[in-house]
Amino acid sequence: MSLLSKLQQGEKAIIDTFAVEDIPLKLIEMGCIPGSLVEIVQFAPYNDPIHIDINGTHLAIRANIASKIKVKRFIND
Amino acid sequence: MIKVALIGNPNTGKTSVFNHLTGLHQKVGNYPGITVEKKSGICTLDTGEKATVIDLPGTYSLNASSLDESVVIELLMNKNHEHYPDVAVVVSDVENLKRNLLLFTQIKDLEIPTILVINMADRMVKKGISLDVKALESSLKTKIAIVSSRKNTGIDTLKSFIKNYRNLSSTPCLNASKIDKAYFSGLQKMFPKQSLYKLWLVITQDVNFGNLERNALTHKKYLETKSISELKRLQQKETIARFQFINEILKKSYTVDKSKATDLQSKLDRILTHKYFGYAIFFGILLIIFQSIFNWSSLPMDFIDAQFGALSEWVKTTLPAGVFTNLLADGIIAGLGGIVIFIPQIAFLFLFISVLEESGYMSRVVFLMDRIMRRFGLSGKSVVPLISGTACAIPAIMATRNIESWKERLITILVTPFTTCSARLPVYAIIIALVIPNQRVLFFFNYQGLTLMFLYILGFASAIIAAYILNKTLKIKSKSYFVVEMPNYKMPLLRNVLYNVLEKTKSFVLEAGKIILAISIILWVLASYGPGKKFNNATQIISEQTVNASLSKSELDNKIAAFKLENSYIGIAGKTIEPLIRPLGYDWKIGIGLLSSFAAREVLIGTLSTIYSVGSSTDEHTLKEKMRKEVHSVSGKKVFTLASGISLLLFYAFAMQCMSTLAIVKKETNGWKWPMIQLFGMTSIAYIIAFIAFQILKTSVLKK
Repeated sequence: MSLLSKLQQGEKAIIDTFAVEDIPLKLIEMGCIPGSLVEIVQFAPYNDPIHIDINGTHLAIRANIASKIKVKRFIND
Repeated sequence: MIKVALIGNPNTGKTSVFNHLTGLHQKVGNYPGITVEKKSGICTLDTGEKATVIDLPGTYSLNASSLDESVVIELLMNKNHEHYPDVAVVVSDVENLKRNLLLFTQIKDLEIPTILVINMADRMVKKGISLDVKALESSLKTKIAIVSSRKNTGIDTLKSFIKNYRNLSSTPCLNASKIDKAYFSGLQKMFPKQSLYKLWLVITQDVNFGNLERNALTHKKYLETKSISELKRLQQKETIARFQFINEILKKSYTVDKSKATDLQSKLDRILTHKYFGYAIFFGILLIIFQSIFNWSSLPMDFIDAQFGALSEWVKTTLPAGVFTNLLADGIIAGLGGIVIFIPQIAFLFLFISVLEESGYMSRVVFLMDRIMRRFGLSGKSVVPLISGTACAIPAIMATRNIESWKERLITILVTPFTTCSARLPVYAIIIALVIPNQRVLFFFNYQGLTLMFLYILGFASAIIAAYILNKTLKIKSKSYFVVEMPNYKMPLLRNVLYNVLEKTKSFVLEAGKIILAISIILWVLASYGPGKKFNNATQIISEQTVNASLSKSELDNKIAAFKLENSYIGIAGKTIEPLIRPLGYDWKIGIGLLSSFAAREVLIGTLSTIYSVGSSTDEHTLKEKMRKEVHSVSGKKVFTLASGISLLLFYAFAMQCMSTLAIVKKETNGWKWPMIQLFGMTSIAYIIAFIAFQILKTSVLKK
C-alpha cells in the first residue's frame, strides 16, 4: 500500500481508497475510482503537479490531492 | 424543425462535429443574463428537412461546477426552455470512451432521446482499438454514429439518425435510486410525478448556479434531510455506480491492443514539459507570438486607421454641416474606428491561442506553470488569461472560468487588467514617440522600442506582484482543486482554428464594441455642448480676441473649437480635476483625456486630437507636433517633458480605465464589490506611482 504521490515516474498501481471529502468530484468523473489502473506519466518540475494516466485518460493533478489517494503497488514485471 | 443539442466532454471534437453539421450557418450569442457563449446553427438533412443544432459548452458531467456547465443542465432540465432538444447528440472520443460514457448515461437518464457519436474513428487502427458497435448499441439502448470529424466520415449517418429521432429509445440507463434506497423512495413519495434522477439533480445543483426549474420543490427542505457532505458522498457513489455499469458494458464490446500504441506522445511530453527545455520552449513561443502580432498587424492597423479618417472626412465634406453630421463623423465613425482598429491584433492573438489549444500544448503550459503560479496565489490555468490579456482583458477574464478554486480565479480576474492590453498600445505609441529619444543603443535596440518592451514586462510583473499581495491579504477559504485533462497532441485543424478566431473576434467587436461606441457618443455630446454663455458665444468671443491677428480661416476655426472644448461640460470637468493631477505633471487638457479614458483607454488619442484642435482626423504626425509644442497656460513651460511623459505612461500602465472590463468583472464576480475594488485600487496605485515618477524626474538631470 502506498500513496499515489509516492510512486516513481512510469510506475503503475491500482487505486485503492480515498476519503470522499478530500477528492473533488471532477476527479472521480474523470475515472479516478477504486479499482482503476493508474500510471505516473510524468512529474512537473519540483514534482508538482503530477501527470497521471487513469485507464487511458491523461490528467494533471496537484501533489496535495495525489497524496490523499491510496494505491496498491504491484511488482513491475 | 428538429431541435438538436450537441453535448460532450471537452477535447472530443464536438465543435468539429458542429462545424460539419452546420457549415457556415452559425450564430453566436449569449445565454440571457450570463456571458456564456451560445452557439447554434442550421443543419440541412438529406431530405431537405432542417434541424437547429445548439452546441452546448463542453462538460464532463451533469454535476455542474462552473457557470458554463450549469447552462447545459438548465437547458436539459427545463422542458419549457426554447432550446429544449427533441434529440440529444453526445459526442465522445473513441480513445476516452469510458470516461465520455459517464455523461452519456446521465443524459440518457433524463429520458431524452439520445444519439451517441464516437468521434476520432480515424485513430482506432493506430491505437489498436476494436469496437462491437451492435453490442454497444443494444446495451446502451441508443444509436451509434462512428464519425471522424478529421476525415469527414460518418456525418451522413449521424444526420440520418437525427432525422429518424422518433425511433430512438428514451429508456434510462441506470436506476439512480439504488445508491440510497430509503432516501430516494422518500423523495418519490413526496413527488410521485417527478423523475427521480431529475429531482436528484435539482437537489444537488449548487444553488448559485442559475434558476433551475424547481417545480413545486421546496429546495431547503431537502437540503435539510441530508447534509451537504452526505449529498456529496451520494454524488460520488452515483458516479462510481455509473462507471461500474460502463465497465461491464465495455468489457464485452471495447478492446484495446496495447502493442499498437505508440509512445510519441510521451516522448513529446518529456521534451515539452522538461524542467529546462520546457520553459525555454514556452518563452520562445511567447516571444514569437508577440513579435508576429506586432509585425503582422501594423500594416492592417494603419490601413484601417487611414480608412476611417478618410471616411470621417468624407462624411463631413459630403453631408450638409450640422449636428447630425458632426455626431456621425466625430462620434459614431470615430467610435467605430476605435473598435475596428483592434481587430488585427485580437485576431492574430486568438489565432495563436487557438492553435496552441487545439494542438494540446496549452495543457502542457498549464502543467508546467502551475507550481510557479501557485506561489503567487494563481493557478497554472491563469497563464491563458494573462496571455489573452495582452489583446483584451474581456475575453481574458471570461477565460478564467475553468479555474476550480474560487480564490485563484478571483485573483486572476483582479490582476488580469494589469497586463498590457491592445488599448494601451496607441497611447504608449504616441507618448513614447513624444518624449523618448529615437536613438539606437547596443547595436540594434533603440530607446523607444526598449521602453515599449519595458512597459509590457511591467504589465506582467505588476500582475504577478499584485497577485502575491492579494494572495496574502484575501481571506477566502477555498480548496485548491486542480484537475486538468492532458489531451493527446494533435495537428490543429485549420477549419476549427479559423472558426474560432472568427467567432472570438466577432464577439469582441460586438461586446466591447457596443460599450466603446456608446461612450464615444456620450463623449462627443459632453464635448460638443456646454453650459453658459462662454460656450454658446465661442465664435464671437474668439473672433473678437483675434481680430488683430491675421489668422487663416482654418486656424480661426481650430481656435474656436479649442475654446468651445475648454468650456464644454467635459472641459469644465477637466479644469475641476486639474489641482488633483498637477502633481503628476498634467494640465487640464490631459485631465480631459484621463477622464474620457475611464471609458476606454484608447479614447485618449481621439480626445487629445480634439483638444489640441487638429480637428477630428487623427493625423498622428500633426497631433504629435502640436503636443510637442504645447505649453502650460500658467508657467509657460512645455507640457510634454520626459517627466510628465513617463508619469503618463506609468499612469496608463496601472490605472483601471476600461468600463467594459469593469462590466465583465461585475458579471463574473456577481456584484459591484470586486470591480469597485479594482477601479479604486488600481487607480490609486497608478496615481501614487505616477506621482513619485514625476516628482523624481522633474528635478533630476534627465530633464530636457
